[in-house]
Amino acid sequence: MSKAKKAEIRIAGFGGQGVVLAGVILGRAAVLYDKKKAVQTQSYGAEARGGGARSEVIISEDSIDYPKVMRPDILVAMSEQALDKYLKDLKPGGVLLIDSELVKNLPPEQRFTLYKFPFSRIANDEFGRTIVANVIMLGVLTGLTRLVSFEAMKSSIKTSVPKGTEEMNLKALKKGMDLAKVP
Amino acid sequence: MSKEILTGVYFMQGDIACAEGALAAGCKFFGGYPITPASEIAERMAERLPEVSGVYIQMEDELASIAAVVGSSWTGAKSMTATSGPGISLMQENIGYAVATETPCVLINVQRGGPSTGIPSIHLQGDIIQARRGSHGEYEMIALAPSSSQEMFDFTIDAFNLAEKYRTPVFILSDAFVGHMREEVIIPEPERIYRVPRKLPDSGTCGGKFRGFLDEDVAPMPIFGHGFKTHVTGSCHNDFGQRNVIDAEALDYYIKRLNSKISKHAHEIISVSQDVDGKEVALISYGSCYRAAREALNILEDEGIRQVGSFRLLTVWPFPRNQIQELARKVKSIIVLENNLGQITPYVEAAAGGQAEVIFLPPRVLGTLHDPATIVDKVKEVIR
Repeated sequence: MSKAKKAEIRIAGFGGQGVVLAGVILGRAAVLYDKKKAVQTQSYGAEARGGGARSEVIISEDSIDYPKVMRPDILVAMSEQALDKYLKDLKPGGVLLIDSELVKNLPPEQRFTLYKFPFSRIANDEFGRTIVANVIMLGVLTGLTRLVSFEAMKSSIKTSVPKGTEEMNLKALKKGMDLAKVP
Repeated sequence: MSKEILTGVYFMQGDIACAEGALAAGCKFFGGYPITPASEIAERMAERLPEVSGVYIQMEDELASIAAVVGSSWTGAKSMTATSGPGISLMQENIGYAVATETPCVLINVQRGGPSTGIPSIHLQGDIIQARRGSHGEYEMIALAPSSSQEMFDFTIDAFNLAEKYRTPVFILSDAFVGHMREEVIIPEPERIYRVPRKLPDSGTCGGKFRGFLDEDVAPMPIFGHGFKTHVTGSCHNDFGQRNVIDAEALDYYIKRLNSKISKHAHEIISVSQDVDGKEVALISYGSCYRAAREALNILEDEGIRQVGSFRLLTVWPFPRNQIQELARKVKSIIVLENNLGQITPYVEAAAGGQAEVIFLPPRVLGTLHDPATIVDKVKEVIR
């Protein structure tokens, strides 16, 4: 639906970082709590951890015919390989969000808006759990882009994360939102 | 809330929606063996069937899985399995047995890259002909091809209803893309879900005089444990289930009756959606390819090119031969979109019979969705 307002997001990293779940949380927030349309797809290797992993989300005001992301408006790179592999697809003028702890070699190009935060270090230092890096990232993404509302994101996290980890994940989301306020 | 029908709005994976569709249709038995990209269906059914007094059995392999599905159906349960190409290959013998014994059951094939073990998490429409002709002998098959999470729910209900109505196995031909994709799924109120009940003989019906097989209009099913004396066999048999493995005439009758049970009702079973009146070119698609066809049509419309329409097969089998014959009289060109090397294309060519030009268009890279731009380019080339 080229006419409707639509955003395409690609989140990429390696298996075990929760990039697939991050996409699911985002899509669920849009559909169930912001009453938008969304589709989430993914690709990953046979490995449970360590191989490349990719999650894609399209959020739209209107129904979505083509479910695959080809030229993302937003690219989240949670690993060096992910950036190398997918930067070429990012739309000119798009948003590039990286985990600066894991992605050191930045390209010289300036055809996009770059935001960098050490998601995995913050997750480790402040939460003692590297695994919440994906939710901190979602907090930053929400704060920067307002693709979905903060309230929708909170509700989606509550229904998407393992039982008993809701509080920690909501704190991680809040942390990300706060980070986004200070560029 | 009904435990069988989880009325509500969800952001749900296609495979999960398929499992919920099965439960909503009244499925009470799942026999299977997990395989990517269909494992989520088995996992969900393992969790959910006990909640609705159903039974889930993880069998030792796919041969046993389909045998358990056929057996449970003969006890009266709505039954299913879910697997991918390698599993379907192993099930072929008993799929034929299910056809021969007129056993209602639903077979979900979440297709992946093949041949052989191929690539588990990449989608290919590689098993379209296999669904139609994978088992030996002469038979008809019903197969539906969903393109979204919502259709994984809706079409699975349709599959159970068709299986019961025609007392036959029914395929869902999904793929790894549709099975693993998450989208909005709306599960309606229970009263809005239509369920076809199984047609059974009147109780007390005398076994020996009971015609439980080979009726073109579908014989009532003399299920086990209800006092009907009957004989269920995959060998050539008559209306009473009595074997005859000597006479060619008996074989002729057996084959033709089994086949006409489906072909006589093909017009009720076949489902296509089309928007081709006054068009010059038709995009034929099914399953995940339909999504690319829609997007190509959006782009073409934005560019002011309106002489192109969509012709989608919601059911791939029985093949909509008459509908495509009619289509070929309306349009100049037919572009067939398939994520394979052209499995239904020869059927389209045969139906078109030279009345329209038939062009096969796979994605540039097999195992991916068509890039809509390649479809748009092809259309422009055709109308030039």
